[in-house]
Amino acid sequence: MQIVADIAQCEGLGMCEAMAPDIFEVGPEGHVVIHDPSPDESRRQDLQAAVDSCPVLALTLQD
Amino acid sequence: MRLVVVGASLAGLRAVEAARRAGCTDPITLIGAEQSAPYDRPPLSKALLCADNPAQVLPFHAEGHLRDELGVELRLGTPATGLDVDRREVIVGTERIGYDGLIIATGAAANAWPMGAGVAGVHPLRTAQDALAIRAALDAGARVAVIGAGFIGSEVASAARARDLPVTVIEAAPQPLTRSVGGAVADVLTRLHRTAGVDLRVGTQVTQVHQSPSGVTGLSLSDGSHVPADLVVLGIGARPATGWLRDSGLPLHSDGGVLVDATLATGAPGVYAAGDVAHSPHSVFGDDVLRLEHWTSAAEQGAAAARHLLDPSAARPLQTVPYFWSDWHGHRLQFVGVPSADEVRVIRPEVERFLALYRRGDRVVGAFTINGQREIMRYRRHIVGQAPFEDALAEAAAADAVVA
Repeated sequence: MQIVADIAQCEGLGMCEAMAPDIFEVGPEGHVVIHDPSPDESRRQDLQAAVDSCPVLALTLQD
Repeated sequence: MRLVVVGASLAGLRAVEAARRAGCTDPITLIGAEQSAPYDRPPLSKALLCADNPAQVLPFHAEGHLRDELGVELRLGTPATGLDVDRREVIVGTERIGYDGLIIATGAAANAWPMGAGVAGVHPLRTAQDALAIRAALDAGARVAVIGAGFIGSEVASAARARDLPVTVIEAAPQPLTRSVGGAVADVLTRLHRTAGVDLRVGTQVTQVHQSPSGVTGLSLSDGSHVPADLVVLGIGARPATGWLRDSGLPLHSDGGVLVDATLATGAPGVYAAGDVAHSPHSVFGDDVLRLEHWTSAAEQGAAAARHLLDPSAARPLQTVPYFWSDWHGHRLQFVGVPSADEVRVIRPEVERFLALYRRGDRVVGAFTINGQREIMRYRRHIVGQAPFEDALAEAAAADAVVA
């Protein structure tokens, strides 16, 4: 499982950080920094919530 | 079960997607008033109005994708006109469409402004069509008047100032956005507009609309002044689009919205509501009943309504924390939580890094930032955890220490 962020699309709105703060953070440049791009399968629900909550659809979850 | 979603909106689309993701293989029908497949609304008052971006609105998914990949029967350009909860049928004109499960996601419609009815150049901003008309007027170099200093109106004002067009914002209340963020924050918002060159007129109303054969030419105001304008944008709010539910027997709020429980159920068998139409109790805020017109709420509620409908035994109250953002004159405004508070404490008054925290009893219930992208979600954690106000203050002090 891999999280991919489209940085050009990201506006740093922070919903991903709200859903899974250990994995996502709005960084100093104002867009997302992914601390762990391939988290454990047990985190799938959190990550799906993060992907679904992104208002600019910048995140995708790939298997 | 036959699933019917009324409202080809973000909430409606998320309901369809969540149903398929939950393994539902039964027929799904999506009914929409607009001709287009569901599209994203926040850009209509932001990116779409920017001269650098193409003047077009693309749907989230092409109709072919919705039909073939998500297996949805699309009924676009055909608004629902009634609901019969006893026979479990949605009425669309002369047709009746049966359902086992129904999700109401018809959203909200811009409030009417009778004084400007039928005058060319006077536009609400709710649909893609509205936004494209406003974009065209901005491209033509219009002198802009905005009625209502809310979010929509303020974003239009920002887009117009970015093009160096003259903008007057007319607000009946003494300050902008008092209802959404509270009076203590309104002062900084007033400064933002005025610094950017917006002519902000508060405590004032329009008394007359002037027009020539080609459209609007200006407005007379209650303070006796005259504002020349070729484009008038209405930012005077929206109301739930529930005229079709009037005779349905569903419990409706006095504003027309649909009353639901914390799992989004209406009480009628198999009927849920999501997004801008729904008034629901918010468990994080003492079960305050809120109707939110926020992207994140619509997305979350649409998906949750579908899951709860398919498996009511697994339905849980939503833990929604309201969140919205807005872009004014190059500044990012963000709000998490609720503005109804015992105290709104301005922690940092500077426009460049403004912070206000909202206290109810001894708890933190809201946070408002300007250019606080790195900070705002930290306060959300305290809010969702129903933490003491002191914890949020300590978070703010820690953020300050990092800056220093």
